[in-house]
Amino acid sequence: MNAPAPNSTAPKRTGTEKIDVTVTAIVPLNELVTRFEFKRSDGSLFPTFSGGAHTVVEMQDGDRKRLNPYSLMSDPANRKTFAISVRRDDQGRGGSLYMHNKVQIGDAMTVSYPVNLFSLDLRARKHLFIAGGIGITPFMAQIKQLDRTNGNWELHYSCRNASLGSYVDELTNRYPHSVHIHYDDKKDFINLEKLLHGQPIGTHLYVCGPTGMIEWVRSTAAASGWPTAHIHYEEFLAPKPGKPFAVTLAKSGVTVTVGADESLLEAIERLGVEAPYLCRGGACGQCETDVIESDGAFVHRDHWLEDHEKSLGVKIMPCVSRFEGKTLVLDR
Amino acid sequence: MSIFNFPNSIRSRPVYGTLQAQVGKFHLMIADAYGAEAILEMAAKAPALMAVSHVIYIPKGTDFGPQIQALKPAQYYEGPSYAAAVSRIQRVLSHAAMGLQIYLSGTEGLIGQAQNEVMQAGFDYTAIQTEHRGSVARRMQCVHCKGITEDVMIDPFQCSHCGLNLFVRDHYSRRLAAFQGVCIDAEEPGNVPPSVELYS
Amino acid sequence: MTIQFNDETFRDDYSFKNSQRAIDRFPFPFHEDSYMYSVNMEQHQGGPKDSVYEKRFDVDEHYVSEMRDRAMVLADDPLRCQSLPHMTLAGWDLLELIMVSKSEDYPDLFELHRDGEKWHWINKPLGIDDHFVFMDDTTLPYAPMEYITRQTQGDFCVLDQREENLWMDAGIVTTQADWSLDFDIGMNFFEWHAPVPLAHEKGIFKRALKFLLNIQQGAPARRLNWTMTVNPLLDTSPENYHKWGVQKMSVTPQNLGVKQYLRVELQTFFRLPRSNALVFPIRCYLMSFKDIVSKPKWGRRLHRVVRDIPEELATYKGFIDNRPMMLDFLGRYDDGLPTSFGVWPDTQTEPSLTENIN
Repeated sequence: MNAPAPNSTAPKRTGTEKIDVTVTAIVPLNELVTRFEFKRSDGSLFPTFSGGAHTVVEMQDGDRKRLNPYSLMSDPANRKTFAISVRRDDQGRGGSLYMHNKVQIGDAMTVSYPVNLFSLDLRARKHLFIAGGIGITPFMAQIKQLDRTNGNWELHYSCRNASLGSYVDELTNRYPHSVHIHYDDKKDFINLEKLLHGQPIGTHLYVCGPTGMIEWVRSTAAASGWPTAHIHYEEFLAPKPGKPFAVTLAKSGVTVTVGADESLLEAIERLGVEAPYLCRGGACGQCETDVIESDGAFVHRDHWLEDHEKSLGVKIMPCVSRFEGKTLVLDR
Repeated sequence: MSIFNFPNSIRSRPVYGTLQAQVGKFHLMIADAYGAEAILEMAAKAPALMAVSHVIYIPKGTDFGPQIQALKPAQYYEGPSYAAAVSRIQRVLSHAAMGLQIYLSGTEGLIGQAQNEVMQAGFDYTAIQTEHRGSVARRMQCVHCKGITEDVMIDPFQCSHCGLNLFVRDHYSRRLAAFQGVCIDAEEPGNVPPSVELYS
Repeated sequence: MTIQFNDETFRDDYSFKNSQRAIDRFPFPFHEDSYMYSVNMEQHQGGPKDSVYEKRFDVDEHYVSEMRDRAMVLADDPLRCQSLPHMTLAGWDLLELIMVSKSEDYPDLFELHRDGEKWHWINKPLGIDDHFVFMDDTTLPYAPMEYITRQTQGDFCVLDQREENLWMDAGIVTTQADWSLDFDIGMNFFEWHAPVPLAHEKGIFKRALKFLLNIQQGAPARRLNWTMTVNPLLDTSPENYHKWGVQKMSVTPQNLGVKQYLRVELQTFFRLPRSNALVFPIRCYLMSFKDIVSKPKWGRRLHRVVRDIPEELATYKGFIDNRPMMLDFLGRYDDGLPTSFGVWPDTQTEPSLTENIN
């Protein structure tokens, strides 16, 4: 038998397994948010998933391939449909605009297998959810999951105003006692200190929303004496734009200029070079790349590397981080 | 001095710190014997702490009780043994709220068992402050009969339940609050080396 | 696929035997003439036909007897199977994974019929025919993890993923190489590996953990581990060490070939969907030195590996005392010729030895 040695080192994963899907519904909820529903193109069932999981949606926008993560908001037990809700961002990089403007019912698309970087701590006696705006989406799936397993949860949901309150009616009708809605335009803000005081021991806190809200919840919880192991958050860091810079990929023998509006990872992919990735948001560590040589300053925007790794400039997370300077040579 | 410098060991061997007053509305301290010294030292640096603290103390022959009481903790309990105190500990924890700060000090056995009660109540152990003081005797679980032998200071030792001769491992279980003891003469029954004191 | 199931024992009279097929497909773990730890992970998406790597959960001739031995271990010591309360959902995930995989991979042996949540499972080799409601514990004779692992070869560790770490919060461990589930349950990845020498310093576990944390649904992985056992004893537990430890001394130059076993663990890693937990099956394959050396390449290589392995590893793997005797035996099968890279025997150029080996 001339088979390969079964203990060869495995190549790092590039994304996950992919699923071919067809768009079955496009439901505008309000001025900014639209829900997209998918079925599997071959008619088979979707894999089930854990609440908080996201899927990475591939978009072929002209000659630019976009890969955007969106939380799965559908019921994990519903294996016929995957649903995501996308908030249109006119100032963004274009992914949400593509979804809102270009995608039509019947379109064939590709999405990734579910990936969960925001899972429930199943030991919790109670789950306390804090959602801001489009951050409501992962909680929709988690609530369905907890209902099935008789979990104990409570949701506080901050919206800009009633018209932008996506899914407010559905949530308050179904769960009148567990869901609390707060409207910014009514100056009705979550009284977080009061909310955190008196929660039974064993409560876990989860927050998903804009960066500012996440920082506020985390710091208030810490100041209230909550242990970090009881505080969970998810933030999809879209790669921020920056000055273009040149990078040399030593193994591939190519040099490329990373454009202002593309990430280092996207530039590498544009060249056709295989680069491992998973979350594309600076959180999971999968795209970690060694720096062979550098002459300049790193702009680290990830949550993955340790502080000393960042200051030594020996590694970079290409999905969100950038560089400014004369030379950057990577081990790719 | 009741402080002991534990030698470096394997990853499962617990490492203790120094008690430091944490931010929080209410504080629970559980200690035995010389663990009281850690509480007194912490309180000296944080005078407002004791007024919002509940102290559960097991003197085990020492006399630190009056000194702790003099600091006027909000609640104070002095128990004759951990076993006597455990139902009170469980009651306090089951009705506690998030934001409670927990401090454990004294012997490894006290710290481990109290920590386990905290975990059973749903609180992650990483947030608990611990400081070792006093005796370095170990709680040992016999991997063969599952019985726990208390206050072990020698290696090898005899399981107080099944009588097997066990050697002392540094491998530690938080859940059992005990180190592991394994039969020392399994391969050559009867060949038991003379016991030496732990850490000698 | 018809499998002839052995009726054999892994204790007392040790009637365990490997057929020629079992010898040919044995997962020999050494791809070169020396051994050191590595994060030797690869994808678990099939393998050569009829190899142990081909199916998601390999079923072989030892299946029925192994399950009988497992039942005896559990009757004697129920603490070998435990699940912390929050792991029940993962138990259901595992039950689904194994039932779906085995009914698809071995349709002659296992059947799964599903009507919504009403499931019907048939396990022909073990004579099991059960109806139950998926996710309802009250409709199964055991909790889901115990129910399905009593019917699946190998140990299982079900790991909760939290705080960038893995926690051994459930498992069934009756064929382990010398560690205690009852003691280790609740520990994290670094803690339960604490007793392993050398590996922590080399950063092996840090790298391995990063890889495992990123294993995704639909993309399982696998690796091999190995140790040595005297007699084809599956239950080499610390719990019973005071009973089996003494067997190590029963090896003599005359009986070493049939009494000394290489014990290989095929470890696989699957992401579980509803719980986001990671299941870590550890499948045990035993082969006597006598059977190993029937493949000339394996005989040469095993001799060199055992000869050159560092003392700390030989001690940790429990065979330091018997090493000299092992080398005397294996040395007779090492003619010094070079060995090819990779684990497979060179059957084209060097057929199995048929001489009387003892």
